[in-house]
Amino acid sequence: MAHVDSSLSPKEQRSKNIQRIWMVAGLLAVVTAIEYVIAFTIAPSIYRNIVFILLTLVKAAYIVAEFMHLKHEHKYLIYALLAPTVFIFWLILSMLIEGTTIFGIRFPELVM
Amino acid sequence: MAAEVIADSTTPQMNAPVRSMWDGGNEPLKASYGKLMMWFFLLSDVFTFGAFLISYGVARFSFPSFQGEASEFIFSQAYWPIPEKVFNSMPLFHGIDAPLVFVGIMTFILIMSSVTMVLAVEAGHSPALNEDERQAEVEKWMLWTILGGVAFLSCQAWEWAHFIHGTEMFVTSMDEVARSTGFGANLVQNQYGPPLFADFFFFITGFHGCHVLIGVILNIIIFYNVVMGVYRRTGHYEMVEKVGLYWHFVDLVWVFVFTFFYLV
Repeated sequence: MAHVDSSLSPKEQRSKNIQRIWMVAGLLAVVTAIEYVIAFTIAPSIYRNIVFILLTLVKAAYIVAEFMHLKHEHKYLIYALLAPTVFIFWLILSMLIEGTTIFGIRFPELVM
Repeated sequence: MAAEVIADSTTPQMNAPVRSMWDGGNEPLKASYGKLMMWFFLLSDVFTFGAFLISYGVARFSFPSFQGEASEFIFSQAYWPIPEKVFNSMPLFHGIDAPLVFVGIMTFILIMSSVTMVLAVEAGHSPALNEDERQAEVEKWMLWTILGGVAFLSCQAWEWAHFIHGTEMFVTSMDEVARSTGFGANLVQNQYGPPLFADFFFFITGFHGCHVLIGVILNIIIFYNVVMGVYRRTGHYEMVEKVGLYWHFVDLVWVFVFTFFYLV
């Protein structure tokens, strides 16, 4: 495995890995807890949603990098998997514009 | 002729070049074939789930939001429902308003089963353990993972049943149209809001639940192999890592479903 530190004995390496796993687990739990606190204390708004999406991306990054071990894979494997997701961002943008347009056609009286 | 060529290529030859991993003397992207294909399959699944969640976004944006205080919210098909008003029930706590508590428990279960899976993968690769210890550790953590997956599916079954049947609990908080549909929701009628909301609930959480079910089945197969000592004989536990990738992906999708379906 790529992240093996040669100065550590296998036992030390193992306890370090396990420590790291539990640290990431704790981090995921803390971020989820923060999401709950925000959900029940702050009124819904576009800014709240942006915070939710950013926190979700933080959680996703830790799951992919640490649990799925992608951080320690070959550089071009990382690129090969992350680069195609750029199409998703395009799809999000275009489809949300589309949804807003449908809303405007359906409820012209609600559009400011 | 053809048979001879095949026979020729499969028998080891004197002075033949040494071939490794991918049988061409090369290992693209420094990953085994199976692992790389699992990654690319998961990438394709990212697009499937992405399309699902984005189309949910389109539907959400093409309906009005509820205007006013959350405490005055009533179910109506005139606007999109507030999720914490829809998913506010828990088994054994009938009549108690517990917004998003049950889905929080489900999230916790799935994250914990992801942690136990990564512990199984780590034990399978660790040179610090001897053969017996390694097998015992992988068995232990895989069993916890399977239990977590089954627990998650059970929770989801309850959530679906509750969503479909509805309750009389909040009958006063429904407008005329919502009341005339009766309790609960199916693909064409929905107590909680526009029918499209229920459709997306069934399709997105259902498709995710289907992935969890497949993950549990794969985990059981691999667990059986571990117990039978298959990976002890092959000399490595990479198969645990491959199903582990799939299992973490299921957790990853849930993180997004949780945000876009229950929080936003």
